[in-house]
Amino acid sequence: MASNEEILAGLAEIVNEETGLAPEAVELDKSFTEDLDIDSISMMTIVVNAEEKFGVRIPDEEVKNLKTVGDAVDFISSAQA
Amino acid sequence: MTRKVVITGLGATTPIGGDVPTMWQNALKGVSGARTLEDEWVAKYELPVHFAARCSTPALDVLSRVEAKRMDPSTQFGVIAAREAWADSGITEIDHDRLAVAFATGIGGVWTLLDAWDTLKEKGPRRVLPMTVPMLMPNGVAAAVSLDLGARAGAHTPVSACASGTEALHLGLDLIRSGKADVVMCGGAEAAIHPMPLAAFSSMQALSRRNDDPERASRPYDLDRDGFVMGEGAGALVLEAEEHALARGARIYGELAGTSVTADAYHITAPDPQGLGATRALKAAMFDGRIQAEDVVHVNAHATSTPVGDKPEYTALRAALGNHVDNVAVSATKSQMGHLLGASGAVEAVLTVLAVHERKAPVTINLENQDPEIPLDVVTSARALPAGDIVALSNSFGFGGHNAVVAIRSV
Repeated sequence: MASNEEILAGLAEIVNEETGLAPEAVELDKSFTEDLDIDSISMMTIVVNAEEKFGVRIPDEEVKNLKTVGDAVDFISSAQA
Repeated sequence: MTRKVVITGLGATTPIGGDVPTMWQNALKGVSGARTLEDEWVAKYELPVHFAARCSTPALDVLSRVEAKRMDPSTQFGVIAAREAWADSGITEIDHDRLAVAFATGIGGVWTLLDAWDTLKEKGPRRVLPMTVPMLMPNGVAAAVSLDLGARAGAHTPVSACASGTEALHLGLDLIRSGKADVVMCGGAEAAIHPMPLAAFSSMQALSRRNDDPERASRPYDLDRDGFVMGEGAGALVLEAEEHALARGARIYGELAGTSVTADAYHITAPDPQGLGATRALKAAMFDGRIQAEDVVHVNAHATSTPVGDKPEYTALRAALGNHVDNVAVSATKSQMGHLLGASGAVEAVLTVLAVHERKAPVTINLENQDPEIPLDVVTSARALPAGDIVALSNSFGFGGHNAVVAIRSV
């Protein structure tokens, strides 16, 4: 079980790997598309990498609800519970 | 009145140089880019061939990690060469609706395709990444170059095996002559030093097995030639309508005077032993460029170093040029960098343009006992080409019976 801080740090690492964005830029209130300029293909790559890293499953129909980094952290946290 | 097309920018990343100046210096010196492969998969799959000619500058030394992640290695090489050619052209302002791309590959994203297949088998469908399709598609390199330059007059990918890179120039010339574009980024890219293509080319007996001496394995026209050496990389040329180049005061390397493409319709892999298709291609390119045999001073030959391939090209050259072929300086640059498959025609066109521009023919290495059935005047140490109006030809032939020729004229 990872804490929310650990999940955020892990996501920031995945986003950095995929897009080159500085991990510090990946904050809870940031929108993946509006603020971080992440397209749908990168988003799917990030989702799949997050599934592997945190040992969870993020269904395709759920991905569209993950608008902000915080949404993703919350989803992963509850999926791990 | 046919539009005249000139070459104003050159780019390359190859086993004998990661940019054009380095490649050209080495091509005049005569070096080999072939090396023993240290990869674990050579032993793991018991490959019969243990060497290849990798690019001397890894793509990741040039591109950012994030940029490279979204490109198959073949596209990485293509983008690197295209960026060099674009910078070299000096074009700063352009109507992007009049800029096209004709960027070839022989195989396309073979690493991406096979890596994704491995991932599917080992980890399941969820782990097959969403970028897999745009990375594996053969038009991926033309698309990436078009995106990079903002080229909106079409992005094309001629695919004709080892003639692909030369066919890209044939298409590029046509796009400008027909008025569909004013500038075309032409080229070819390949990255197939992967165990599967090595196994497949080996099984058709196409590759040299000189495992104990890789640097001397690629030996076109030599009696002991036993196959080609797999290379990788990319070449790129900026084609430009002459009036467009003159209007901006561009440095002009030479004229793309004529091109041609023919098909043997003889056998799926073996060349026509009489070289009839190649002869027709040579004659057609010369006709297209209003070139007489006596104008031709240099040929960059296809010459892959296979026992069956090198001779029909000689037969074709003699048929097309007559006895003047004895006065032509012939370079077989695959002796140095191996066979870059779909990129080879583009890289060899870059060398041919430089040969005309610099008036120097590059070197053929490893020619120790010239095959008496191929009595060409082979350039074995860098040689000056004559002053005055000159023409050089570059040939490429591909599995499938594809023949493509480009003719470069001095300006």
